[in-house]
Amino acid sequence: MKDTSANRVRLAARALEKLAGRPIKIMEVCGTHTVSIYRSGLRALLPEGFQLVSGPGCPVCVTSQGSIDTLVRLSGKEEIAIATYGDMVRVPGASLSLAQARAQGAAVHVVLSAAEALSLARKLQGKTVVFAGVGFETTAPATAAVVLEAERDGQENFLVLNLHKTVPAVLRILASDPELGLDGFLLPGHVSTILGLEPYRALAADHGMPCVVAGFEPDQVMAGLALLAAQRATGRFSVQSAYPQGVRPGGNERAKALLSLVFEESGAAWRGLGNLPGSGLTFREPYTRFDARVRLGLEDRETPEPAGCRCGDVLAGRIAPSDCPLFGVTCTPEEPVGPCMVSSEGSCAAAYRFGRRQVP
Amino acid sequence: MCLAIPHTIVSISGHKSAIGRAGTVEVEVRTDLLENLSVGDIVLVHAGFAIEKLMSEEASEIEALWDTIRAFAEQ
Repeated sequence: MKDTSANRVRLAARALEKLAGRPIKIMEVCGTHTVSIYRSGLRALLPEGFQLVSGPGCPVCVTSQGSIDTLVRLSGKEEIAIATYGDMVRVPGASLSLAQARAQGAAVHVVLSAAEALSLARKLQGKTVVFAGVGFETTAPATAAVVLEAERDGQENFLVLNLHKTVPAVLRILASDPELGLDGFLLPGHVSTILGLEPYRALAADHGMPCVVAGFEPDQVMAGLALLAAQRATGRFSVQSAYPQGVRPGGNERAKALLSLVFEESGAAWRGLGNLPGSGLTFREPYTRFDARVRLGLEDRETPEPAGCRCGDVLAGRIAPSDCPLFGVTCTPEEPVGPCMVSSEGSCAAAYRFGRRQVP
Repeated sequence: MCLAIPHTIVSISGHKSAIGRAGTVEVEVRTDLLENLSVGDIVLVHAGFAIEKLMSEEASEIEALWDTIRAFAEQ
């Protein structure tokens, strides 16, 4: 039998059946995994008692309400232009979203990369461009590279509102939450492309948590789930990769060096999870002149999340999207209330688009 | 957002940039995060930056992974 992707999916499903024992609850950390699992209908292939819950791996979703409102507030200033990745503009703020602010005349530009935000600063010499730096370790090295370029070029009208977050610290918190009762993590493929496997070792060693990095194709996801089930079955917990295609064990050393040149570890405010120590990045001293918080004297003000919105509980794996009373009623992709329904990789958007046909 | 799309490098366009092709679309890709890129390499591109060279599907690591899973399925 030719080893096609479909054959591999069936093979991994057979492995899961053979390894099935007591019920098992795995968190797929990455929003792109969530979408891939919904879109491909993989849940139908899982043995009885094998539960998947979505985690906090959607950068737009975990951006705090206060940060969204800070961006909206900044966009109202004549001298400021906001540059941001696309999904951010539709997240409702306390009064407006960035898209609504733009409709009222604010300078809000959607960019596809940090490099494009810097190019915008070169063009808009009369304005200060504030780049909303969202994203995990996959995205943050690009911000670091562009900050170095801005420094080299003396681009003084380019600032970053640093909203980057890091993955291992939040997983340690979720691993030790007894109410969640997780049995393992399906780890994000492309965060791990940068980080490698080492930063997750404590999860396996200290928290007894099986950890497997997976890619995003259906056969790659199923391979990851099979390795997780095998770790549970044998009781030997470690960090494994089911995605050798894109992840070297040591990660991307050059990207990690850039990250630690420009940024250092800090606390970060996560929607639904609060301020978590060691889960964010802040500028190191030589680069604080590109820090929008420092240059514009911004204070992190937390503002309440939309009434009734349970995005925080969805992000922490505490409830499924359909458990939120707003889901599909007053909160839809067309008229989202919370960011998990906005972002293309938000759990609620994925459950709304793909899940309602599959999950009874 | 952490999605990365494989692109084949079709030319090196600068000190820190290359042209990558995905399907029929060619785009400029920043190469700050990788060393020793060559034309023909397949790289994962995320938010405009190449983040890693993609290993061939024929690589022994991938074969070993599926041998392991086959062993679980056939036990």
